[in-house]
Amino acid sequence: MTSRSLPVASGVRSGGHGPAAQRRRRALVAYVFALPFLVSFAVFMVYPLLSSLAMSFTDFRSTDIPNPFAVGFVGFEQYVALFQNPQFVRSLLNTFYFVGVGIPLTMAVALALALALNNGITRFRAAFRVGFYAPVVTSIVAVAVVWRFILQPDGLLNVVLGAFGITGPDWLNDPNWSMPAMIMLAVWRNMGTLMIIFLAGLQGIPGDVLEAASVDGAGAWNRFLRITLPMLRPTLLLGAVLLSVGFLQFFEEPFVMTKGGPLDSTLSISYFVFNQFGFGNYGVASAASYVLFVAIALLSIVQFRAFRTKD
Amino acid sequence: MTLPSTLPAAVAAATPARPTRRRRRREPLTRALVYVVLIISLVVTLVPFVWMFLGSVKTEQELLRRPPTWWPETFTWDNFAAWFGRLDIGTFFFNSVVVAVFTVLGTLLFCSMVGYALAKLEFPGKRVLFTLVLVTLMIPGVVTFIPLFVVVSKLGLVSTYPALILPFLAGPLGVFLMRQFIREIPDSLIEAARIDGASEARIFLGVVMPLCKPALATLSILTFLGSWNNFLWPLVVAQTEDMYTLPVALSLYSVGQNATNYGVLLAGSVLVITPVLLLFLALQRYFVQGIAVTGIK
Repeated sequence: MTSRSLPVASGVRSGGHGPAAQRRRRALVAYVFALPFLVSFAVFMVYPLLSSLAMSFTDFRSTDIPNPFAVGFVGFEQYVALFQNPQFVRSLLNTFYFVGVGIPLTMAVALALALALNNGITRFRAAFRVGFYAPVVTSIVAVAVVWRFILQPDGLLNVVLGAFGITGPDWLNDPNWSMPAMIMLAVWRNMGTLMIIFLAGLQGIPGDVLEAASVDGAGAWNRFLRITLPMLRPTLLLGAVLLSVGFLQFFEEPFVMTKGGPLDSTLSISYFVFNQFGFGNYGVASAASYVLFVAIALLSIVQFRAFRTKD
Repeated sequence: MTLPSTLPAAVAAATPARPTRRRRRREPLTRALVYVVLIISLVVTLVPFVWMFLGSVKTEQELLRRPPTWWPETFTWDNFAAWFGRLDIGTFFFNSVVVAVFTVLGTLLFCSMVGYALAKLEFPGKRVLFTLVLVTLMIPGVVTFIPLFVVVSKLGLVSTYPALILPFLAGPLGVFLMRQFIREIPDSLIEAARIDGASEARIFLGVVMPLCKPALATLSILTFLGSWNNFLWPLVVAQTEDMYTLPVALSLYSVGQNATNYGVLLAGSVLVITPVLLLFLALQRYFVQGIAVTGIK
């Protein structure tokens, strides 16, 4: 599988066999280059993808692994059952809650940071950028150890809130506050990525346009509203869609912080799938994962639109 | 025409440029306010890290005290000693490094090869393949999770290195990145090498790869990071203690029957986070490029 052993030199050496033969040889060379990827892509991506689609129409359970062809075909039964399963519906609603609140919040924070770094200051820009980006590179498991402590009833956050006279809730054990806690963690972990994307976008806005507006007497707020924001639209849209693909798969935060609780208040679609996998209900899990896939696919259509308007 | 050295246009364009509006005068008061707000935000962002580092050298009694103390009253290395004593950190660290290094090497090789084919060679099915790669960028991990586990267990790979490495070699993100980057290389360079009689393997290794260094650097970092921090898949397929990676060990010692005390967990977090934090500080330019180019962490 090393590239050194590629028998690809023949394509050029014997050029005298007409264009068709040469094209064939070129194609062969290309396939040799693509082969290592194609094999692993087929085994670890395409096959699992198709097999989970197939599984979603069967009552496949973990006990069927030794004999996969003995399972019963149940058609769309599991999909129908899913939407009648209150726990799955709850996980759908939770995921939408997380996406609906988390994305605008992350974007607002990231945009504010990007604007401040780009226009507001002249020094220590790189240091700030590194600091705000640091949460992105860290392991969620390690981060969870710290955040579980910060979010305890008498933890760091509530101590700080207490200094302002606010009695903080028991974040991780109160069904009303567990999701806001997850969102807080997600904003912290994801704002750095978006900040970098927005910074790149801001630097694409020509300075003289803003200068001209400034000369014409437009205030900072007006310049932001009428120039920066419209010119940043493709970048904002890109950021929003990228974030949606990630946020819809929301799983790690509750997995390490709340185990989906309390009372399923942080159970996401991905988490529901993972639990069904744990119970051995592979068919149900596959069906649920395809519901999630459809949701993301709908959003990815938006993404391709976003890319197109950018060109 | 673009010179080879200015080649990576996409990356160059995304490199944080000097701000263009530096000359514009601002009221000093406004700017001071921006600094204050930024510094407060930075402190809030970094508090969890600071707390983790300080907590890892506190005693367990001090960690359990309420309200929490800030600066350690009694300094102790016991929490780290636990990892180097009874918790076999050497093995976990070694596993994490082996998995990350081989995942990076494999990804670089596979993705640059197919990226070259997609960018510069003609073959039937090329468009279909590229579209397929783009589509899989959107596929949630849980969709392939179960069949992947079935495949791995049927191959008898549970609790082996291949199970931890192989599924991550064909990342669509890497293919996309390499393909986009190699496309920017002028065809004339490749044609010239071909006319000089260079074999395709030579062209790939001698012409294309050296020009791809920035993209390879970005891809290495993103892949290393993903592998180092990955924990759900390792948690499921690394079922014996000698195969645990660092995050798996940390998560298993956080809860359940193996639960260890809080100071030890904080020390473990420090041990997991510090290598990537250092890597990030050293190579942050490439991180920033990678994100700006691909839009994905």
